[in-house]
Amino acid sequence: MRLFTWVRRHLVVFAGLLTLGYLLLPNVIVTVFSFNKPNGRFNYQWQRFSTDAWTHPCDVADLCGSLSLSLRIAVWATLGATVLGTLIAFALARYRFSGRSSAGTLIFLPMAMPEVVMAASLATLFLNMGVSFGFWTILIAHITFCLSFVVTAVKARVMSMDPRLEQAAQDLYATPAQTFWRITLPIAAPGIAAGALLSFALSFDDFVITNFNAGSTVTFPMFVWGAAQRGTPVQINVIGTAMFAVAVLCVLAGQLVGRRQKNRRRS
Amino acid sequence: MTATAPSTGVRLSGISKRYGTFTAVHPLDLSVPAGSFFALLGASGCGKTTTLRMIAGLENPSTGTVELDGTDVTALPPHKRPVNTVFQSYALFPHLDVYENIAFGLRRRGLKSVRKQVEDMLELVQLGDLARRKPQQLSGGQQQRVAVARALINHPQVLLLDEPLGALDLKLRRQMQLELKRIQTEVGITFIHVTHDQEEAMAMADTVAVMNDGRIEQLGAPADLYEQPRTTFVANFLGTSNLITAEVLDASGDELALRAADTKLTLPAKRCTGTARVGEKLLIGIRPEKITLTPAEDAGTVPEGRNRVTGRITESSFTGVSTQYLIDSPVAPGLAVYQQNIERDSRLAPGAEVVLHWNPGHGFGLDAAQRIEAGTDVDLGEGPS
Repeated sequence: MRLFTWVRRHLVVFAGLLTLGYLLLPNVIVTVFSFNKPNGRFNYQWQRFSTDAWTHPCDVADLCGSLSLSLRIAVWATLGATVLGTLIAFALARYRFSGRSSAGTLIFLPMAMPEVVMAASLATLFLNMGVSFGFWTILIAHITFCLSFVVTAVKARVMSMDPRLEQAAQDLYATPAQTFWRITLPIAAPGIAAGALLSFALSFDDFVITNFNAGSTVTFPMFVWGAAQRGTPVQINVIGTAMFAVAVLCVLAGQLVGRRQKNRRRS
Repeated sequence: MTATAPSTGVRLSGISKRYGTFTAVHPLDLSVPAGSFFALLGASGCGKTTTLRMIAGLENPSTGTVELDGTDVTALPPHKRPVNTVFQSYALFPHLDVYENIAFGLRRRGLKSVRKQVEDMLELVQLGDLARRKPQQLSGGQQQRVAVARALINHPQVLLLDEPLGALDLKLRRQMQLELKRIQTEVGITFIHVTHDQEEAMAMADTVAVMNDGRIEQLGAPADLYEQPRTTFVANFLGTSNLITAEVLDASGDELALRAADTKLTLPAKRCTGTARVGEKLLIGIRPEKITLTPAEDAGTVPEGRNRVTGRITESSFTGVSTQYLIDSPVAPGLAVYQQNIERDSRLAPGAEVVLHWNPGHGFGLDAAQRIEAGTDVDLGEGPS
């Protein structure tokens, strides 16, 4: 009886743990198999423990090249989409101009549209314009679909900002430029950061749109897809595990900094 | 540059504001003496906040000029005006702590060492130990003080206060009123205070301007406005007034002779706005606390020379310091009378026949062409006005 009440009291915890397990099980498998030494080309069966793949991550041909290309594209796409998207978000949130509401709707289209449609139409466009596929077409395509996410995130933040804050800054002798740098931008920053993070993640793992617009260029997701047909090198698991670890570390660091700031404020 | 008397802190000349076809502020002239505590009082939507924002430079006037200390600043943007504002709901910067909020104005003007001044200001508003808190970690009263400190530290020529106490509960509001008044006396800066709370305006300001519908209805010292309102709006908005419609019988002497529903009343001619002509109507106003109640059977004890009106008590409510009566009388329904609870007469109960009497010199005369209930039904909401 007592056991029964104890279980009932902690049902939420069990449910939470189960969900977490469901979410994280694939990551655990990926991590475990990054230490495998498979017989043959496929890394699907556990053979024996080895750190070979961790010590030689670039031993597989083209893997590190595609990874660095993906990272470069992700960085530039994030930068481009964040700057453009922030400007667009401010324009949409702050100014009244003709075509404002239709622009607002069109901005959302890339988010709602099936990726494959956007990929094919972009490819058609580039072909008709005679642009050769490669780094630049991938970058342009990535900026296009990242833009909507940045605009959405930043616009929400700007809309909820009290216009009196900027008036107060001007009232306290801040020039329009100072008002922007000291008040508007810091308050909009969480929205901009969220948009940038989303952009990076979306750009880094995009496959469909990239595949249509890459030509002979191979990004990391394309490399993994191609490799899966011929055999899966353990190094893919290594890269996957490393990315996951970096993301977790970033989150932990963010929480740590936040907690420390809160403590400092309290003392 | 227009030269004016140096004692003028703020001078508005013919200033107005239109939004499309809507006129928020009709052309108005106003001068506020330097170092005074000035209140713009009115209901929501009367144009008082718009007027304030034109002084701050946050709105461009449609016509007219704004002068500060004799200098025309109409064309200057807000950051170039020696004026600071305490905003409604404070508009504290959420990402900066109390210290940086207060230091903001000094830093923007390029001051390097702000520490001493910020600490002095924290002392003045009694927030020394909260310097490193963020605004959202403060109570309403504390936020209000940060907003005042943030503005005052710049030693502006004029401090503008836009409903600064509107978000506080009654007790804290009374306390902050005293505190703001203390600070104003201490620093000697011109304060222009926008409020819809008539008690707050009268308690704090040297001069009150009552605004209605984008116009200034009347301007003066609180006691003058209260004792001799010039319009029914001011009479009703500032406290409570009993307004009795009466016909002028004789206007030849210093004393007007009037008649309201067969009751003869008098009023000193100098307490009447406009000229009274025989045969025409006018409104006699009398404040509830100036009226004395006497039970009808003691009517003989009422001294000579006082205006007297008969009536019957319909309601009475005891409020501790006084008792408030509503009395139906032939001259007007629902007259309000406040009697101090010095010696309470048990005969003054609902249903009792009474005589209302007052010193004619305490009455005031108003033009009968106005809406008699103006100012009684106004919206006191705290939205932007």
